[in-house]
Amino acid sequence: MAEILLKNAYVIDPISGINGELMDIAISGSRIVEEASQKAEVIDCQGYLTLPGGIDSHTHTSGTKVNFGRYMSPEDMRAGRTARRGPMHITSGYSVPTTYGNSYRYSALGYTTLIEGAMAPLEARHTHEEFKFTPLQDSFANTLFDGNWGMLRALEEGDITRAAAIIAWTLTAVKGFAIKLTNPGGTEAWGFGKNISCINEKIPTFDLTPADIIKGAIRANEMLHLPHSVHLHCNNLGTPGNYTCTIGTFDLVPDINDKRQSLYATHVQFHSYGGSGWGDFCSKSEPVARKVDFSPQIVIDMGQVMFGRTTTMTADGPMEFNLYRLHHDKWSNHDVELETGSGIIPVNYRKKNLVNSIMWAIGLELALLVKNPWQCLLTTDNPNGAPFVKYPEIIALLMSKQYRDAEFATIHPDTEKRVPLPALDRELNWHEIAVMTRAGQARALGIIDLGKGYLMPGAEADIAIYPIKTDEIDPSAEYEKVIAGFSRTEYTIKRGRVVSRRGDAIIDGENTTYWVKPKVPAVYDMQHDPAFIELFERYYTVRMSNYPVQEEYLHRNYCIETETDL
Amino acid sequence: MEIRDVPCPFCGCLCDDISVRLDDNRILGVENCCTLGNAKFLSKGRLQHPIMRKNGKWVEVSYEEAIDETARILSDAVRPLLYGWSGTVGEAQVVGVHLGEEIGALIDSTTSVCHNPSILAIQEVGHPGCTLGQVKNRADLVIYWGCNPIEAHPRHMSRYTTYADGYFIDNTVTDRKVIVVDIRRSEGAKVADEFIQIKPGGDYLVLSALRAMVRGRDDVVPDSVAGVKKEQLQRVASLMQKAKFGAVFFGLGITMSRGKYKNVRNAIELVSELNRKTKFTISAMRGHFNVYGFNEVLTWMAGYPFAVDFSRGIAFYNPGETTVIDLLERKEPDACLVIASDPGAHFPKSTIEHMAAIPTVQIDPCVNATTALCQVQIPVAITGIEAAGTAYRMDGVPIRMKKIIETNFPTDQEILERIVTRIREMKRDG
Repeated sequence: MAEILLKNAYVIDPISGINGELMDIAISGSRIVEEASQKAEVIDCQGYLTLPGGIDSHTHTSGTKVNFGRYMSPEDMRAGRTARRGPMHITSGYSVPTTYGNSYRYSALGYTTLIEGAMAPLEARHTHEEFKFTPLQDSFANTLFDGNWGMLRALEEGDITRAAAIIAWTLTAVKGFAIKLTNPGGTEAWGFGKNISCINEKIPTFDLTPADIIKGAIRANEMLHLPHSVHLHCNNLGTPGNYTCTIGTFDLVPDINDKRQSLYATHVQFHSYGGSGWGDFCSKSEPVARKVDFSPQIVIDMGQVMFGRTTTMTADGPMEFNLYRLHHDKWSNHDVELETGSGIIPVNYRKKNLVNSIMWAIGLELALLVKNPWQCLLTTDNPNGAPFVKYPEIIALLMSKQYRDAEFATIHPDTEKRVPLPALDRELNWHEIAVMTRAGQARALGIIDLGKGYLMPGAEADIAIYPIKTDEIDPSAEYEKVIAGFSRTEYTIKRGRVVSRRGDAIIDGENTTYWVKPKVPAVYDMQHDPAFIELFERYYTVRMSNYPVQEEYLHRNYCIETETDL
Repeated sequence: MEIRDVPCPFCGCLCDDISVRLDDNRILGVENCCTLGNAKFLSKGRLQHPIMRKNGKWVEVSYEEAIDETARILSDAVRPLLYGWSGTVGEAQVVGVHLGEEIGALIDSTTSVCHNPSILAIQEVGHPGCTLGQVKNRADLVIYWGCNPIEAHPRHMSRYTTYADGYFIDNTVTDRKVIVVDIRRSEGAKVADEFIQIKPGGDYLVLSALRAMVRGRDDVVPDSVAGVKKEQLQRVASLMQKAKFGAVFFGLGITMSRGKYKNVRNAIELVSELNRKTKFTISAMRGHFNVYGFNEVLTWMAGYPFAVDFSRGIAFYNPGETTVIDLLERKEPDACLVIASDPGAHFPKSTIEHMAAIPTVQIDPCVNATTALCQVQIPVAITGIEAAGTAYRMDGVPIRMKKIIETNFPTDQEILERIVTRIREMKRDG
């Protein structure tokens, strides 16, 4: 087996309790080991910052709506073209790069694991096809259940066990990783052009509220002992005053898992708005962050907005339509029968726009106000708040009050009256950044046991070495150096092989898809359940036998089998 | 032996409920299929060996020789064209895109001559669509505009719209209204509740009139628009706004008639406008079973759905310049690989003449009109019957095509991979 010895690595590994130690790391095959033999290839890390490979716990890189974002946007494709070079294929796209574009650019930033934020089960094959062409990162798919008729019917009958059985069948069939709820109830209402305002409003077509769905899914999730918690995109995204809905949602969440949170709330920036309309729109990051501080059972990610052009895409179809009515640019929508919705529009976040300026501030505020970095992870909800290539700038903003003030001086002048950001002096340190970009993700996703997110013997050898000497840079003042350092690794190592060197992918790579298979007793196996089969055969347009994602789509994969309480 | 739930490799409906009766590796009968699909499953007659023209005559050759010649043709070319793709699976298309990238080819598909204008319109104004089951379960108004599903997509109405069981539809015959818009009274028009007959070339005007009415500006619409009476348009505008869920399906009647992508853009904008009042979707009636799949594959690999030119070392897309008809019309290609389509039967005469004048290779199971233009033809397994792989339905739902018959013929993917390998060997050996 190939061996590598990393010498003089300056390691921050929060999961293992290492905060800045100069050490050697030995790799044999795909794993980190105690020591390497004389034959090992030696890489001198020169005291550079060495972290576990980055993990993006919420990004949109693969599948039907991502590809439609490319399909409808030749202007975005032209904005990010690169030529064939060495083993690197041609890439296109800035905010929605082609699959190779995503893979190479994430790898240059040191990312080795990506969680696709929203996979519609009916179109899962498409997501898995694109995973195959995203070769330098391992893949996980959050699977959409917000409007799943089988699950909704079971919840309507108050039968959580049956809901869990349907979730188990579906996750196994589509090779998904976790339960994703996007605007629960809202996507179903959008089937007839309606939406849901908040958690206690009845869905027009089922005798349920979003609160019923969220609570039911959380309980079902724990009955199935899934590695990750329910992954929630709250109702009412993007509307002034929605923070009360967000806090109300957090109030629903019981603390029922010892190892991790019971709810992961994604892109919370978009859900922390005050005001009664756009006229008095303001930040409500403070009450939301306070709520998170008092709720150890909740983990959030930022959903940071950065200025410039991007493409918004989400399963939240009604929200995208509302956005279309604000922006009047092109709008795509794609409802998925019996399951969910989706929408896409391009946007340009402008510094001269007050609302956009406030949104920018809110994301940063959440990261600075939430006390425990393990509870607030760094994302842009790529590409919704910004393309992931902006991550280094976000890291620098969180580490430097001076940088924030400099940026603040360039945005809409009225922002100051609407946000608390200028008053926040906190500057995050290297360790906190490491938590918010990999260790926190590994814990929240429940994948530490799979060897993810740390650098001790037994771990997967997924490692990012940044050309940053932490003792020579003052991040509060030298934020340009922080940005440069995090923009391009010296080495990115994936499963024991150097895959990226100073920004260039150097091998073709081969990723692993992780999926779950809850062990369900025969009586709850939906494959043979007459009512489930009837729903399927009468109302889906694809035969039940053709629905599951076949083995052919998995290539390299790892099945996480779980014991269940059914 | 009977194999159930076989997806049909004919049109974009990709019906996946076909039952095929087999005996001794031969298809005896097909159930649930329309006449078009039936004919494909039961077709006889195919090319048995690779063929090459030598001294003006067709000669049977080995696969090795045919592949060698194809690799030589493509290696020698300065401006190779890779065309077709819609009748094969994604796994083969992927190899084609990589091949195009490697040799700096221009790659385009049958999309270029069918829904190319629909994609241009979508790139301007987006696409409010949905999967077909959403229409089946919810739509109380279905509009077929410039298409004739009864002839071209025979099971579209029974599986997905007018006659399909719907969750929110009590009686699918009486509770759904159907509007057909066409320049002639087609078969589809006979089952419509409302038939709008437009003078040829008048679609854009009629769409504009309906948009005005939906915006409450009946006053700007004249008494007659492209041969359609204002009263009828008012009736239709009212039906649209009263529907709980309306679904528009359109075909080449608007994409390839006067106005082209502007027609589609106008139709999309009408639908976007209607969404302010109720729920509406719009969808293209795609032809080949996997025409949409090629658009998907090329998009995730290169960034654009069709007409990509790799000759500059990046993916360059400029419809009108990099589209197959325009390229051939300018007589640019000096070699051409055709796969899973039949341009000989569909392209304008001048473009076909150029294909015949340059070395053209076809990969296809059967002798067809394109054979006459070729120097080499390589027969392959019939995708969806003798070869498995991924196809994308007209609404973007991916379905795995099945292999139900054993064959000695190689698949499209295998042939393409062998060509790539041979090209690399030639390059290496200088």
